[in-house]
Amino acid sequence: MPVRISADGRTLTARLSGEIDHHTAGELRQEIDLAVERTWPEYLVLDFNGVTFMDSSGIGLVMGRLRLMKELSGEIMIANASKQIKKVMKFAGLEKLLTTKTPEEMEV
Amino acid sequence: MPYQKPVNDMKLEFESRSSNEAFARSAVAAFLTPLDPNCEELADIRTAVSEAVTNCIVHAYRDCLGPIYIHVKIYEGGRVVIRVKDKGCGIADVKRAMEPLFTTCETEERSGLGFSIMQSFMDKLRVRSELGAGTVVTLEKSIVSKGR
Repeated sequence: MPVRISADGRTLTARLSGEIDHHTAGELRQEIDLAVERTWPEYLVLDFNGVTFMDSSGIGLVMGRLRLMKELSGEIMIANASKQIKKVMKFAGLEKLLTTKTPEEMEV
Repeated sequence: MPYQKPVNDMKLEFESRSSNEAFARSAVAAFLTPLDPNCEELADIRTAVSEAVTNCIVHAYRDCLGPIYIHVKIYEGGRVVIRVKDKGCGIADVKRAMEPLFTTCETEERSGLGFSIMQSFMDKLRVRSELGAGTVVTLEKSIVSKGR
């Protein structure tokens, strides 16, 4: 499975792995959205630690989840993005979502 | 530019299945290995090839399967020219298609940034298209790193 999802209190963490492209993004989208609808979290953390490649399909994936979390009045964060992934995120203006902090630390 | 003979040349043909997106970018990256590109150069090329091939699959052959052709030439000094060609539906308005955020595919969460990324991550991008006949995308980048 290219994504492992765990819920902890108000935070849902999706640990992504492998390469994110048009071929793999659809399944990731479904898995994450299902978990979000089920748990209704305040924070969605997309952890890119295991992701080795991402193209603009990953931008679509992040923007779609950003929209979903806004509808739920929640927030989204991107953790552990590699240099290549950060470059693609920044290109799409998504650098404000990049974080090194946990949701708990954000509230302090 | 005067005629220059490539120092190496590679051609690929494969079906427009989304599972081939990873194959295409990896195959091109593998072919360029002897040039000893650095991580960023290689990532830029992999990303650009992925965008070009995805366009063929999502747009050119929207409701069908068709052949995708990749032709890579390496020139003296590390200049790499990659051509991605399809025989799909063609692009009605290339200028508009290349605008950031423009997409004709609303159902699949496409960001509309494919051409912008190709343009930004490569040195040159050229797009030629004919309705009903297909599209040719030419990407160019010079590998300037190590030992040159």
